[in-house]
Amino acid sequence: MLIRRPSDIPSSEITEKNVYLHRREFLRTIAGTALATTAGTLFTEPLLRAQQPAPHGRKLTTRPSRLSTDERPNSWDHITTFNNFYEFGTEVHEPAIHARDFKPEPWSVTIEGECAKTGRLNLEDVLRGETLEDRIYRHRCVEAWSMVIPWVGFPLSRLIAKCEPTSKAKFVVMTTLYDPTRMPGQKVPVVPWPYVEGLRMDEAMHPLTILAVGLYGEVLPNQNGAPLRLVVPWKYGFKSVKSIVKVAFVEREPINTWKRVASNEYGFYANVNPAVDHPRWSQATERRLPSLFKTRKTLPFNGYGDQVAGMYAGMDPKRLY
Amino acid sequence: MTAHQTIRWVIKPTVFVTALVPAAVLLNRLVSGNLGADPLGEITNTTGLWTLRFVSVTLAITPVRRLTGWNAAIRFRRMIGLFAFFYGSLHLAVFVVADRLAALGFPDPFAWRTMHDLAASIGNEVFNRPYITVGFTSWLLMAALAVTSPASMIRRLGGKRWRAVHRTVYVAAVAGVVHYWWSVKADVRAPRAYAGVITALLAFRLVVWMLPRVRPSRASVSPAATMLPVQSLRRGSSR
Repeated sequence: MLIRRPSDIPSSEITEKNVYLHRREFLRTIAGTALATTAGTLFTEPLLRAQQPAPHGRKLTTRPSRLSTDERPNSWDHITTFNNFYEFGTEVHEPAIHARDFKPEPWSVTIEGECAKTGRLNLEDVLRGETLEDRIYRHRCVEAWSMVIPWVGFPLSRLIAKCEPTSKAKFVVMTTLYDPTRMPGQKVPVVPWPYVEGLRMDEAMHPLTILAVGLYGEVLPNQNGAPLRLVVPWKYGFKSVKSIVKVAFVEREPINTWKRVASNEYGFYANVNPAVDHPRWSQATERRLPSLFKTRKTLPFNGYGDQVAGMYAGMDPKRLY
Repeated sequence: MTAHQTIRWVIKPTVFVTALVPAAVLLNRLVSGNLGADPLGEITNTTGLWTLRFVSVTLAITPVRRLTGWNAAIRFRRMIGLFAFFYGSLHLAVFVVADRLAALGFPDPFAWRTMHDLAASIGNEVFNRPYITVGFTSWLLMAALAVTSPASMIRRLGGKRWRAVHRTVYVAAVAGVVHYWWSVKADVRAPRAYAGVITALLAFRLVVWMLPRVRPSRASVSPAATMLPVQSLRRGSSR
């Protein structure tokens, strides 16, 4: 089972702690609302930020990975209050607020397409037999900011092996949940829903490519793509699709959501590439949050070139954006 | 105190201090580390939005004056317009320092080479990225209006020419909204709202211009009420 309760704490105490946390949140909300009303909309944003929960304490059993970077991870606070997750709002502070009541359980993943084991897998079946690893990865957004994030997950290749893809399976397509009642951002057609992303089969099978279920050794917060999300550290963040409900094996290159929205700005490969600018900004440098300054030199393949560049030998580097 | 004195010594200073509040709040959040994970994004967005808000208020002065007959409103137009330029300049300065100068790795600020590289780097962005082209254009126009805003410049240019020059504020406003619209990734709801406001404010001018009857007769605008700094402006100020 995923959730390990520390044995030295009686369950009664955990309940008390939850109540206690709820009370604080409640008081903060009341105080926040009162202050916000007085101060007007000008000052509400910092107050809403101040309401964000601390780590929730639902621990996962993990083991370290040699694929982790030794760079210092960003804080829990920054990773969980600065999210591009349009399903819960298009502004980066919104998912932390609007995803709070999202229930990522029960959860199942539909497997379809060119594979032997089509059907539905409960999240428990997806995780059965998997050893969860701490994978501390650099995360580079296409919008020229970056973080270091201590994910918890397991290789996507493990799930793919369970599905037994056929020789026709050249690409894997992953789809986010579509449910506007639970994901209020989907009530607005800012992008065509549901969100779809894909990988070439060799990319999907690469040991760096993981399905993440946790952060900082704890169960993944909703705003970060709970309960199951992709992480592909050498590609821009938008490739790492969140809250996955469908995995499909296909023969032809799929059209991912952002490519569909603006194919001149976002490609299929979306490999981090300092040499190819986004039409609206340079990708040569990035700001490592929470730095104020865009000083950090962006590395090809986000610094994972040694492990992944071989997959793209012979390809026009201009396509790799 | 006369009404004139109240505006000059009480209301104007109050408006001045109020207009500085957004900058003060931002500075406070910066020094207290309360700008979230992405301080640069937050400062850039906030200063950009306040620029558009002050531009909108500036453009609203004349319609308010015409519709309510509260002619003293004109006395706030220059100040609010200059605050639009102030926030626009902060917005640009943040881009120049935290984005462009940072990308060069913060070289010696007094070296000729630095100035050259920085100018080349900014020029490259201005010429190659349409949303920066229009944003920079908007700032340049506001700069020209700021330079020509003192009463002495009105005298030097002459009221008629000065008004013609200052009509470029319409272009600056439209360019500002286009800059915002082109800078967002997919969700254009906020830029659309600002575009709506600016369009309404400009449409008011168009209607006044097309229907001469709507324009108040000169006699109805009492020169004493407008309290314009320059004699020439008292006549036919029809913006």
